[in-house]
Amino acid sequence: MLDYVISKYNFWIYIILMMIGLYAMIGKKNLIKKLIGMNIFQSAIILFYVSIGVKAGATVPILSGHGHGHEAIDAASYINPLPHVLMLTAIVVSIATTGIALATLILIYRKYNTLEEDEILKIRKETGA
Amino acid sequence: MDVLYSSRPLWAVLVSMIAAFLILATGEKNRNIRESWTIMAALAKFLIVFSMVPVILQGKVIEYTIVTFYPGLLLQFRVDAFGMLFGVIASSLWIATSFYSIGYVRGLNEHAQTRYFFAFAMCLSSTIGIAFSANLLTFLVFYEILTIATYPLVIHKESNEGIMGGRKYLAYTLTAGCVLLFAIAMIYYMTGTLDFKAGGFMTGSGSSTVLIMLFAMLIFGFGVKAGIMPMHEWLPTAMVAPTPVSALLHAVAVVKAGVFGCLRVILYVFGPGLLHDLGIWLIMAYIASFTVVVAGFLALGQDHLKRRLAFSTINNLALIVVGAALLTKSSMTGGIIHMANHAFMKITLFFCAGALHVKMHKDYVSQLDGIGRQMPLTMGAFAIAAIGLSGIPPMSGFISKWFLCLGALEANQIIFLFVFMTSAMLDVAFFFPIIYNSFFKKPLDDVAPHFDEAPMFMVIPLVITALLSIVFGIVPDAFFRFFSLTSLAVQNIMGVG
Amino acid sequence: MADQFAALIIVVPLIASIFVPVIGWWKKRLCYPWVVAVLVIPLISSLSVLNTVMTTGKFSYRLGGWAPPWGIEYMLDHLSAFVLVIVSSISLIVAIYSKKSVEDNLPEKTVPFYTLFLLLVTGLMGIVITGDVFNLFVFLEISALSCYALIAIGEEGAPMATFNYIIIGTIGACFYLLGIGYLYIATGSLNMADLANILPDLYHSKVILVAFAFFTVGLAIKAGLFPMHAWLPDAYCAAPSAVSALIAPLMTKVAAYVMIRIMFTVFQPHFSVEIVPVFVILGWLSVFAIFWGGIKALAQTDLKRMLVYIVVAEVGYIVIGVSVANRMGLTGAILHIMNDAVMMACLFLVVGAVLYKTGTRDIHQLRHLNKKMPFTMAAFTITALSMVGIPPACGFFSKWYLILGTIEAGQWVWAAALLCSSLINAVLFFRVIECAYLKPMEPAYAHNGGETTHEEIQRDEAPLTMLVPIVIMAAGVILLGIFSGKIISSVIQFAVPASF
Repeated sequence: MLDYVISKYNFWIYIILMMIGLYAMIGKKNLIKKLIGMNIFQSAIILFYVSIGVKAGATVPILSGHGHGHEAIDAASYINPLPHVLMLTAIVVSIATTGIALATLILIYRKYNTLEEDEILKIRKETGA
Repeated sequence: MDVLYSSRPLWAVLVSMIAAFLILATGEKNRNIRESWTIMAALAKFLIVFSMVPVILQGKVIEYTIVTFYPGLLLQFRVDAFGMLFGVIASSLWIATSFYSIGYVRGLNEHAQTRYFFAFAMCLSSTIGIAFSANLLTFLVFYEILTIATYPLVIHKESNEGIMGGRKYLAYTLTAGCVLLFAIAMIYYMTGTLDFKAGGFMTGSGSSTVLIMLFAMLIFGFGVKAGIMPMHEWLPTAMVAPTPVSALLHAVAVVKAGVFGCLRVILYVFGPGLLHDLGIWLIMAYIASFTVVVAGFLALGQDHLKRRLAFSTINNLALIVVGAALLTKSSMTGGIIHMANHAFMKITLFFCAGALHVKMHKDYVSQLDGIGRQMPLTMGAFAIAAIGLSGIPPMSGFISKWFLCLGALEANQIIFLFVFMTSAMLDVAFFFPIIYNSFFKKPLDDVAPHFDEAPMFMVIPLVITALLSIVFGIVPDAFFRFFSLTSLAVQNIMGVG
Repeated sequence: MADQFAALIIVVPLIASIFVPVIGWWKKRLCYPWVVAVLVIPLISSLSVLNTVMTTGKFSYRLGGWAPPWGIEYMLDHLSAFVLVIVSSISLIVAIYSKKSVEDNLPEKTVPFYTLFLLLVTGLMGIVITGDVFNLFVFLEISALSCYALIAIGEEGAPMATFNYIIIGTIGACFYLLGIGYLYIATGSLNMADLANILPDLYHSKVILVAFAFFTVGLAIKAGLFPMHAWLPDAYCAAPSAVSALIAPLMTKVAAYVMIRIMFTVFQPHFSVEIVPVFVILGWLSVFAIFWGGIKALAQTDLKRMLVYIVVAEVGYIVIGVSVANRMGLTGAILHIMNDAVMMACLFLVVGAVLYKTGTRDIHQLRHLNKKMPFTMAAFTITALSMVGIPPACGFFSKWYLILGTIEAGQWVWAAALLCSSLINAVLFFRVIECAYLKPMEPAYAHNGGETTHEEIQRDEAPLTMLVPIVIMAAGVILLGIFSGKIISSVIQFAVPASF
């Protein structure tokens, strides 16, 4: 059992991070904390992807100077760069989402003067907004 | 069966649809032109429909396919004898109703006249579409269009009762539409086809329980429009509509479409053979007879004239269904010919009720004392039609009752003979007081002592339909060949079933 | 040029959206014509693509000439071409409509609005056209982000609704991303066609099972399937009129399209139906969606909120069609994607026009609307009849196929749910029609004969840029119904997987 956990430690880490993020998104009342939770959630996924590209004994996927690309590359000695590339896109998406979320939070703050969800709901119920 | 391919069925349906939009475009700007669209469409439709009669009487059918979705799933017109009968009834009576409507609507200076005529034209389009449907899917399509097209007419008055009546009408008919949709989908799934076939096509496609359940669902669905109890409740409530609406739609188009549907199901989907095997024909006949008797008794208690006529309609339609359910040659003949006869007689009665409303603003039976003195034509036509419905010769009602009784004897079910007699006695009971009161009682104060009829546009149609009832009683095949069409239809059904 | 049409569909709106701020900075009035002109190109391209697919069968377009599975490939078969045409035509029509609505609601935000509009359309079309699962994620997020921003421009309550939508929508997209991750671990490929080849050998592996689960949940969140629909009512209702007219018909339907793609193209039907009985669950969830949407809609007095709950129910229809997993049901589902998009677009356009003209969305305030805005109300009535399922409008035909599908699958409760929903729709829409056309319960208007006794009600119809799209959509409702047979036999028939 312990062996099972240790050998797949990257998955366990990402699962724990994801659950923390999910809890924050759902359980926390402060909107900024929800947003942070969302970021943690997305980071967990990014870490997961990055971790799956790892190979035992492999090095970073950067071609060293000589060779000019005419020789065949031994693929097993470089870690898989594709998940990294995919995650660059995902990071950009995450940043854009965070940006829009923060802009929305500014709007909310200007309107309700608070960032606590229960207070906002109370104000909305009272004013009918 | 020879098949003739022609687009005439499509044109019969389209003529009034085109007129409907022309009416909408003309609007209130020029009332006479708008009315002329209605009349021209009515005449054109009747001519197109009637032109197909000779072909049908030779034993052929006319087909026209609109669109094919899947094999076995298509929108198609097929004009056979039974459909032709219904088509001729509807289109001929529309001419009469158009003139009557014009008189009624102008006599009362009604509001929303354009909407009224538009909806009327659309209703007739869908009715003819129902008459000429080749399969259950086409039938359902036009049936639903009919429901929607009649809604603006039912709520025409826009009063509280009108809107409530409209809501009840929609609740009943749309629920029926949903049940029908399900049943038809089941039938398509089980048999792969939906085409009407004389003598039925469902034999052997499923277990008896499933078939009986499908039959019940189809009869429920069509029975709502046909006013079979306990689905009849919307009909008296819908009497809040203007009288021409009650006359054409609730005596002729909508309810006849429902009965037409029931008969199609009994005779062309399930067929006499299958229904005999399932044993369900007797139950169907009992339910319909129950409706006949109960509706007759309920009619006795109604003081509002149109509501009394509504219950009489329910009574007569159930008679038609009994006739079909008994599954013998004469009973089917009686039932089908009663579709035609009842249409003419009932429309006369409703026309008279409308004339009374327009001229004297009288809606209740108790107000009708002595009115015959002032309006002899109206009450005379009423008397003829009422006597005819009771089954007394020489009016056409006698012919249908005669065949129905013969049919009951042929089926060895004497009880239905008693049902028919009871129905005749009830008819006498609730119609004769009206006739007696109007002619022989001392007139009430607001009755003028001289001849002062309703507007001519209203009186002439009702006199014509009353006279036609007499003519059909003597020569059932006159003008419209109703009897030949009926016999041909029955022959087709019995020949296979 | 013609063989580059597939790329034009994406590239043109994308580049054009970058130009909108430039043009807007120069002259704000020019944004609108620019957007409309730009959106004509994807429409023409998608029609041409559909034509090509119908004549020569499916084809693929390789971006940059890179061969798959390394390069990104656009897959154009009957289903994607069909949905492309729907998306591009509705976005063009809503763009034409948006002029007056934006002027009225968002005068200072015109430039950002149009930029985001084009980006949203790019995202939606990209989702439909792409043949690469990760590319789909990218486009999914493009459309989602533009959508978040567009909704936030809206009225009262929009910021909170947007924030909730951001949180829940991101969870959905991240689940989808996780699904891709697991698939990549097991197969090493991101290309849909390639995956379809590799996956059958791996069907019994747990990794694939988890991937499928993540896909399903993520897409269900995006599609707004019960019970993951909680973000939908607030978000769609708070958005400005032109925005909700664009997203309500399209976003959930595109997510449903992705569901069909994943479940039937990437994972073969064999997997989705037999190995993982997910369709039973999805089917029952759709039944709840239909009833929940219908009942909640009944409780609303705000016309737009009522329509939004109906959207929830309509998603249920499509997913039921997918869940029965037979030819008839799937035909109904795909047909309903088209029909519902057109019907919802028309309804939301009408609501926007009514709001623009009368300033209210309350049903009970809609008196005399048939005199003031006759064409608009006529369009509403036609679409309402279609939603109830009256032929020959298109709603009847999709209902017919869906019911046939449920009968074939033996799911009687699902069929009953579909029928009950027709009746609930009837109540909903006739309530509005009664209020708009008639004057219920008002003694002052009791009929006493003659039009002259009623006060003169002026015809005050919506402006032409709003009216023409509404009328086109309403005409579409009827025409699509009449021609549904043709549409099915020429396009949808081939879009359904052949093994059904």
